[in-house]
Amino acid sequence: MEGNHEKARVRLCYLCNQRRAALKRPKTLEQICRECFYEVFEEEIHQVIVKNQLFKPGERIAIGASGGKDSTVLAYVLSELNRRHNYGLDLFLLSVDEGITGYRDDSLETVKRNELQYGLPLKIVSYKDLYGWTMDEIVKTIGLKNNCTFCGVFRRQALDRGAALLKVDKLVTGHNADDIAETVLLNILRGDIARLSRCTSITTGEDGPIPRCKPFKYTYEKEIVMYAYFKRLDYFSTECIYSPNAYRGFAREFIKDLERMRPRAILDIIKSGEDFRISTSTKMPEQGICERCGYISSQKWCKACVLLEGLNKGLPKLGIGRSRGLDNNHRKDVKQSNGTKNIEGKQCGSLDF
Amino acid sequence: MQLTLEFGGGLELLCDSVKIHDVNVIPNNEVDKLTMKDLLVWVRTNVIKERPEMFMKDDSVRPGVLVLVNDCDWELSGQLDTPLEEKDVVVFISTLHGG
Repeated sequence: MEGNHEKARVRLCYLCNQRRAALKRPKTLEQICRECFYEVFEEEIHQVIVKNQLFKPGERIAIGASGGKDSTVLAYVLSELNRRHNYGLDLFLLSVDEGITGYRDDSLETVKRNELQYGLPLKIVSYKDLYGWTMDEIVKTIGLKNNCTFCGVFRRQALDRGAALLKVDKLVTGHNADDIAETVLLNILRGDIARLSRCTSITTGEDGPIPRCKPFKYTYEKEIVMYAYFKRLDYFSTECIYSPNAYRGFAREFIKDLERMRPRAILDIIKSGEDFRISTSTKMPEQGICERCGYISSQKWCKACVLLEGLNKGLPKLGIGRSRGLDNNHRKDVKQSNGTKNIEGKQCGSLDF
Repeated sequence: MQLTLEFGGGLELLCDSVKIHDVNVIPNNEVDKLTMKDLLVWVRTNVIKERPEMFMKDDSVRPGVLVLVNDCDWELSGQLDTPLEEKDVVVFISTLHGG
């Protein structure tokens, strides 16, 4: 009864040579079955955690949880590995409620289900509580231009503040290999050398109050989605209603096109990012503390305070601009914005580190 | 040919938020064979309601869209040349939405 078609379609797993192969790994091009896939997928993440000494026994760890595929798979895999290898970690889910009706309220429902499914305590911090504004209100005031700048700056701080409330030692995020390759490209395209040099670090902010790390740094998006699909994990997948995401979208599409031709390209871009040598004559911003709220900042006020000042004074353009602040044209901007550097109007990016 | 199509990872939004579609696809060639290449064209015409560019690019799926035929990665079965048979289940999942 072996039809030609059927024959062509059934291949055995490269690893166990017993079961039917279910996917082709982008990283190695190996054809493997579901069971072997679960094993290598989880084991590789375990090895990344061990080799990079991401955690110490007894640490409290917050998982930045959006309800999307990456953070859902991260929460699932991390709780598995914590049990299996006795990491001795206390894991928590930490979510940010940006106040976006029809988007974040739905995805938070997913996170609440994950809280029960994985037995991890959940903390939600909201823009409304932290800043007095929801994204819906911000968009009503400023329109659909630069809104992603507000959201990105606010989210970064919100995660730190939530992590402080949970009294955790570290924050882990679900950024995957595709995200990091994309961020390397974007930082090159923007000439953002400070971010370029740190965007491939698996751990960042070690000098600050709450270090962040990315256990999925070498994990392909394809494998994360396949894992979630095969395991029937419950995740939310709707694009933010306010995010046009044009510039990042181009970079993303370019990466995906490259991946189709040569899947290793993603790891190679990350490697290129890691191996860059930044010229010593490049001016790097110095890290200080915001005079207003005490958050880390390279300027007198942190970005969130500048943006908030603009919103509250009805001058939402404050803090949004093209100037980079490292050249002579900077002086004019200084007067306009309380001595703080203007920041670029950027596309949506929860990927900033 | 009776097939079950499943859309996930946000692709369901392109077809009225319906994830599972039981369809009957009639091959338009005489040899009665249907490949994934034929199915994609049929899906774009008959199932996708909006933004077809989120689903297809040129004659294949958009890069970043995963395809499984009977729960097997279509990269193992010949992608566009994958032959389809009665009662096959074809799954499309976008990796491009949210994180």
